[in-house]
Formats: sequence, structure tokens, C-alpha cells
Amino acid sequence: MTTPDLPEPFPRKALLRLEGILNKTFGNDLNPFYYLGALGFCFFWVLVASGAYLYGFYRTGIELSYPSVEYITSEQWYLGGIMRSLHRYAADALIVVMALHLLREFILGRYRGARWFSWITGVPLIWLIYASGINGYWMPWDKLAQYSTVATMEWFDWLPIFGGPLSQSFISREVLNDRFFSLISFSHATIPLFVLFFLWIHILRISYPVVNPRRGLVLGTLLAMLVLALVKPALSQGPADMGIEPRNIGIDWFYLFVYPLLDVWSAGQVWALVTGISLLLGVLPWLPSRLRQIPVAEVNLKYCSGCRFCVADCPYEAVVMKPRSDGMHFAEEAVVVPDRCVSCGICIGSCPSSTPFRSEANYVSGIEMPSLPISGLRAAMTDDLAKLEGDARVMVFGCDNAANIEELRSRGVAVMSLPCTAMLPPSFIEYALRERQVDGVFITGCRESDCYHRMGGLWTEQRLAAEREPRLRGRAEREQIRLFWASSTDFRELELELESFRATLRSRAGSKNALS
Amino acid sequence: MVKPLQYISQGLFYALFMGVIGYFSTLPAYTHLQPDETLIKLSFRHAGQHVGACRERTPEEMAKLPAYQRKGGTTVCPRGRADVVVELEMDGKRLYHEVLRPTGLAHSSNANIYRRIPVKAGNHTIKARLKDHPGGDFNYVSEETVNLAPGRVMVIDFKAATGGFIFKNKNLSATMQHK
Repeated sequence: MTTPDLPEPFPRKALLRLEGILNKTFGNDLNPFYYLGALGFCFFWVLVASGAYLYGFYRTGIELSYPSVEYITSEQWYLGGIMRSLHRYAADALIVVMALHLLREFILGRYRGARWFSWITGVPLIWLIYASGINGYWMPWDKLAQYSTVATMEWFDWLPIFGGPLSQSFISREVLNDRFFSLISFSHATIPLFVLFFLWIHILRISYPVVNPRRGLVLGTLLAMLVLALVKPALSQGPADMGIEPRNIGIDWFYLFVYPLLDVWSAGQVWALVTGISLLLGVLPWLPSRLRQIPVAEVNLKYCSGCRFCVADCPYEAVVMKPRSDGMHFAEEAVVVPDRCVSCGICIGSCPSSTPFRSEANYVSGIEMPSLPISGLRAAMTDDLAKLEGDARVMVFGCDNAANIEELRSRGVAVMSLPCTAMLPPSFIEYALRERQVDGVFITGCRESDCYHRMGGLWTEQRLAAEREPRLRGRAEREQIRLFWASSTDFRELELELESFRATLRSRAGSKNALS
Repeated sequence: MVKPLQYISQGLFYALFMGVIGYFSTLPAYTHLQPDETLIKLSFRHAGQHVGACRERTPEEMAKLPAYQRKGGTTVCPRGRADVVVELEMDGKRLYHEVLRPTGLAHSSNANIYRRIPVKAGNHTIKARLKDHPGGDFNYVSEETVNLAPGRVMVIDFKAATGGFIFKNKNLSATMQHK
């Protein structure tokens, strides 16, 4: 996806500024906003572990459930009570990070094109997590459980799919059945299995999914949660009594916000709201947008050696290897899956045949973006470099999803923005630096750990550090290359960094002249 | 940012995160029912009477039936059942009125009702009436004076076999009448 030159929307600006503050606080590698999905996984595992412990003591029955939870909470407060609190707060934290994850991906536009799959598989996850959480609130069979159960049944009774009102089974203590507790106990163990299944589907079409946050972040979060569990332990609100309506209830607003709504709106209206929101989320990837996708990558078999670099680098599993179809002596060939390709160009940057050190004017690479042919990029760069004047001449490579580098263009600075920084083959840097066409190469893109195309920043760093193929070769002098990650809200910092780089190049040139 | 300041900021962030979670996990408390209110829950299942009279099949009709259908006897009744009309009055004013359609494709099964009706707590005279036939008059009527404490759930059930309406979970001094 690329964004035409339109003003940045306010939510995106605000989000990037907030993340900038968090980067200063935590550092980019521990910024919680860069690990919202992974934190969701982390809280899920906390729920599984604490839930497994609580299950060991939980008893199912009208007269058994409440005392068993009270035993865990009070008699065994030092472990069972803490486990219960961790279970409660991890469930709440899961909702918070899930909501932020959804909002963030929406604001940053990371739900369109080939990303529709991850987005849409997240919608049933929301339903399942809510079902599991609300179900969990019924288990202690306290006043909150009574309120939530009866309100849920009244809400579900609106649906014309049941033989009679479900609420009739909760009208009094006499009609309530022990089997209800066996049912909710069973469903509270099985719904999370479906959650796990959908989590797996959710990340199925992305390479190198981040499912574990950094250790520092996990430790900090768990420690804070433990403190909360000690300061404000999760407690029951008195045993349920079907003859007395709970009047003033401490409800968990993360999970149970829908119930107060049922006192104001009809059940049908609330159903319309939640299904409407779900449908809207479901169709969002296909609604009109200012973003446009350029044509997807194409393989040119004549130049594909089946090296697998593009497969290793594609962040969306959009390139796969298949047996060779053209009779050449290589075993495999790369094949692009168009439905998964987001046109980021990272595969072009990984292809060894994308090197600009080739003699033909209109050469082609083993894998190409039809609208941005590699020979065209070389020609554009050569033209730009020829126009540079003065000292400390710099070629700037940037990314369409980060700071707008066009504003950096000047007499001594040429710029080239790509769909992703990792579309840049390292050989282009060597090409720009050879025979002193420029004095330095400056590379920028999305903030560290927050690449719009997930892996572009990391791959670029690794290629330049000669840790990943295709590597930047040793003959390119490292002092002539600078990497600086900057989002659209970091333009001032980017300008200053470029100025600092040029000043370094000037002093380097001065030293060299003095020596010669 | 210098390290100590960074650690303090991180601590503040974690405190804010957990503060939000801790607070909204139980607060603000929700008032589901006002302090001076109580609940009446009207809840029952009841099959209305058949919409038409049963009749005897003629010998000719019986002869046309397959053998296995003759075992059911000569009496034939229409499948459909009458709507069940239920009404509640509190202190002489209508509180609730509903016409319940029998369930099933042929409207031949139970009519179901579950309604949650918040009312002011205190002494009230509740009159419940039900009609389960196509005619015009209510064939089940109960009237009770009940003392409803705040927050208490009084259930009004109906069982034709035991004489009609049953007022459960009440504190009452009442006169009951059944037609």
C-alpha cells in the first residue's frame, strides 16, 4: 500500500507522537505499543496457567461453586487468591491490549489489501474472548454472576432460536439446575481452545509472527499485575440469591459494559449494535480508501536461480518455492501468491539479480515490481546523482510509510523513496558510492521495531551489517553510510541527523585532504 | 532520556496501566435497580385450549383412513391452540398486557412468557388475569395484596393444573379468588 501525498490524519499523528514518548520511556525494543498482539498472547498464557490452578479447586454446583471460590480466595489467599486476581486482571489486560491492537492497526492502515486475512480472523477472536470472559464471571456464582447470567439470558431470549425463554431456567433457586455449573465449567475450558485455534489462524499468513513480547516487557507487566493483585485482590460480591435482585453491583466494565446498555436499550437494539460493529469490522478492509496498492511483485524466471532469499524475507508468506517449470538446471523457482502480496518490494531488495552493476540499460531482476522496475530505479538514481553539487553530497533512501524525504532534497542531497526501505538492494549503496558519485548514503524508514511492512527495518539493518543475504560488501566504507529510523512525526530529528551526517562527511573529507 | 528518569517513567506507565485495569474491573459500581424499586417477574409456559371443538369422525371417514391411523380413535381435534392473553394490574392500574402466540409451525404448542417488570417497593394489590380460549372472558384471575421489599424478586407463575397463578417469593396478606 502506498499513500498519495495527502495530509496526515490526526489519529495517526497523535498515535505516532504517543509512541514517540513511549520510545523515549521504554526504548524502541520495549515499547509496549509495538508488542500489543504479543502481549495479548502473553496474557492468554497467564490466563491458561492461573486458570489451570483455579480449576483444581473449583467445584460445580449451586451450593458448591461459591464456597469453593471463597476457599481459593480467602483460605488460600497467598496462592489461590493471587492466582484468582492474576486470572481476573490478565483477562482485563487482554481486552485492553486487544482493543489497542485493533485500534492501532486500523489507524496505521494495516488491515487492507493482503492483510485482510489477519484482520478478519481477529473478529471472531473478539467474540470468543468475550464469551470466555463473561462465562468466567458466572463461575463464582456470586451476585455479579447472578446479574450477568440473568441479563445474558434475557438478552439471548430476544433471538428467535430457542424453544422457550432461557431466562425461565434462572427464575428461582428451585428451577436452577446443578448441570448449569458443569456446563459453564466445561465451556470455560473449551472456549479458550477455540481462542487458541483462531489465534493460530490469525497469524497464519504472516512470516516471523511476534507472539512473545520482549522479556523486560513481560517481567514489568507481570510484576505490575502482581502488585495490583496484592493491593486490590479479586473478590466475590456475596453469594447469589435468585430471590433478591442485585441492585448496586461492581461490574467489570471491560467485559460487562453491554449489560447496563440493556437497561437503556432493548435487547434487539443491543444485538443490532454488536452485530453491526462486527459486520463493520468485517467489511472494513474492502471499504474505499485513499490508500492504493501498486501492482504486486512478479517473478522473471530467466533471472531466478531459486536462491530462496525472497522467500526468507517476505513478511507475508507471499513468495513460495515450487519445482522448476522452465527446464533450467535449478531445482526450484520462486512463485508470488498475488492474494498475499502487499507490494512492499522487500523481495526485490533480497534478490541477488537486483544489483545495479549490470551492463544492460533495461535489465530485469529475478523478481520485480512492475510499476517500479529495478532498472528504472537505477536510472532515476543515476540521473539524480549527476545533478548533485557542492560538498558532502548525499543519496537518501527512504520509505513511503515513514518521514517524507522529498523535503530533504537540495543541491547536495538526492532522494529516493521506496515502498519499503528493505526494497533497496545493498548493492545500490555500493553503486552510489563507487567512483565518488556521492560522499555518503543515508538510509531512513519507519521507526525501529515498527516497520509498516513488519520486517523491512530489521532486514535492512542485517543486510548492512553483513548478517543477512544479500550483504553489503566490505568495500563500501561504513563511515559513508548512516541509518536513521524516523516516522512522519520525526521529520525535524531526521533533518538534524542528515545535517550531522553531512558535517561528518565534510570533516572526513577535510582530514583526507590534509593527509594527502 | 537518562536511565533513572526512564525507569521512573516506566514505573508510572505500568502504574497507569494497572490502575486503569484495577479501577474499571469493579468501578464505578452500577445501580441496576433503584433503592426503592423491586421486581416482578412474570414467567410461565402454558398451552392454550384448542381453537375448535373436537368432533367424532363418521364411519365413512374412518374407512378412508389407513389402518394405522384408525388406532387413534374416532375423535379428531384441530391442532391449533388459542392465543394466551395475560394481564397484570397493580393497585387498579394496568401494569402489563400481552397476547402470547402458541409456538410451533401449526401454533399447537406452549405459549411462553418471561417478563421483568420493575415496580416501586411497598404494599400493592396485584391482579393477574389469563385467558386461554378463543372466547372473550378471562378464565383465570388471581388477586393478592403483597408487601414487596426493595430488591426482592416476586415471581408470578402460572400452572393450570394447580388452579392458575402462583405468586412466589412474596410477603403477603391476601385474599385469593379463582374462577
